[in-house]
Amino acid sequence: MRSGVIVKKLGMMRKFTKDGRHIPVTVLKLEGCQVVAQRTDEINGYTAVKLGAGIRKAKNANRALRGEFAAAQVEPKMVLCEFRVSPENLLEVGVEITADHFVAGQYVDVSGTSVGKGFAGVMKRHNFGGLRASHGVSVSHRSHGSTGQRQDPGKVFKGKKMAGHMGAERVTTQNLEIVETDAERGLIFVKGSVPGSKGGWIEVRDAVKIALPEGVPMPAAFRRPGATTGEATVVAEGA
Amino acid sequence: MNIIQTLEAEQVASLSEGKTIPAFAPGDTLQVNVKVVEGTRERVQTFEGVCIARSGGGINENFTVRKISYGEGVERVFPLYSPLIDSIKLVRRGRVRRAKLYYLRDRRGKSARITEKKQDRPRPEETGAA
Repeated sequence: MRSGVIVKKLGMMRKFTKDGRHIPVTVLKLEGCQVVAQRTDEINGYTAVKLGAGIRKAKNANRALRGEFAAAQVEPKMVLCEFRVSPENLLEVGVEITADHFVAGQYVDVSGTSVGKGFAGVMKRHNFGGLRASHGVSVSHRSHGSTGQRQDPGKVFKGKKMAGHMGAERVTTQNLEIVETDAERGLIFVKGSVPGSKGGWIEVRDAVKIALPEGVPMPAAFRRPGATTGEATVVAEGA
Repeated sequence: MNIIQTLEAEQVASLSEGKTIPAFAPGDTLQVNVKVVEGTRERVQTFEGVCIARSGGGINENFTVRKISYGEGVERVFPLYSPLIDSIKLVRRGRVRRAKLYYLRDRRGKSARITEKKQDRPRPEETGAA
């Protein structure tokens, strides 16, 4: 199991292919996605890497976080996230993951916080059909219907789908194809849409349900701290 | 320019490389040469008609071409930067007063004609110099 990455969603665009078709893609950007800490079997009972991404002003980081970043000798990060990895795929603290971590054609699972919809009715929230436009229906065209049975059971069952808050929750979209990566600019192009608004932070992992293709860098495609962009990229050999 | 716009501009530049897209507007008659794949062979097919609309911007720009084929109106929407478009030729410029010529759909024959745009008269000083 390889590490995933934390990326920022920039928005969507289209890419034309040679044969005249076009693919809708979401553009994701890596912004200083560095390893901040390791979790090991001896100490934590599991193996994982803790990644951080984005820039947080030092004054906005609390002392606990500042201590953590200082120990890792990385700039304060906006977001932090742990990714479970197998022991042989652990990454050193401080290395920065690059966009060629993923290869074109592979599939990924993408998690993010979906766009908030506020208090939504049942038609929008649960795809209910609503009531009829005529035949005596008044005022409640977009309402739900009955919520239960009769005196027995005499209650509304738990989990009944009703109106309520929708969106702004963690959503994972599985099996999205990587169309292209641009290591120089740190961009990843994913086919289709990705949960969340523009500028939101997204986690990208190798797909759980589809095997990795050959030639994927193991344990990761990364550059070491201090190395200048591009030239000193260290990529481990493919599995 | 944000990064998405930059990426789109780059794609527009790479797609329109070696192609010249004439400046055309609704009302103009166009000859669109489209690449068609038949089995393994690729050939170029011409679609000639009146441009009745242009929509979208940047890489998402489309144009609609309408023609009457065997008495039946046919419209095709082409992405301006589609790799399937071999070339676009401007046949005739038309004088129209609106951007979307959807009214042509309800018309046939004489009333569906568009008058040709007269060439701008050259400015006096230019004629004097020439």
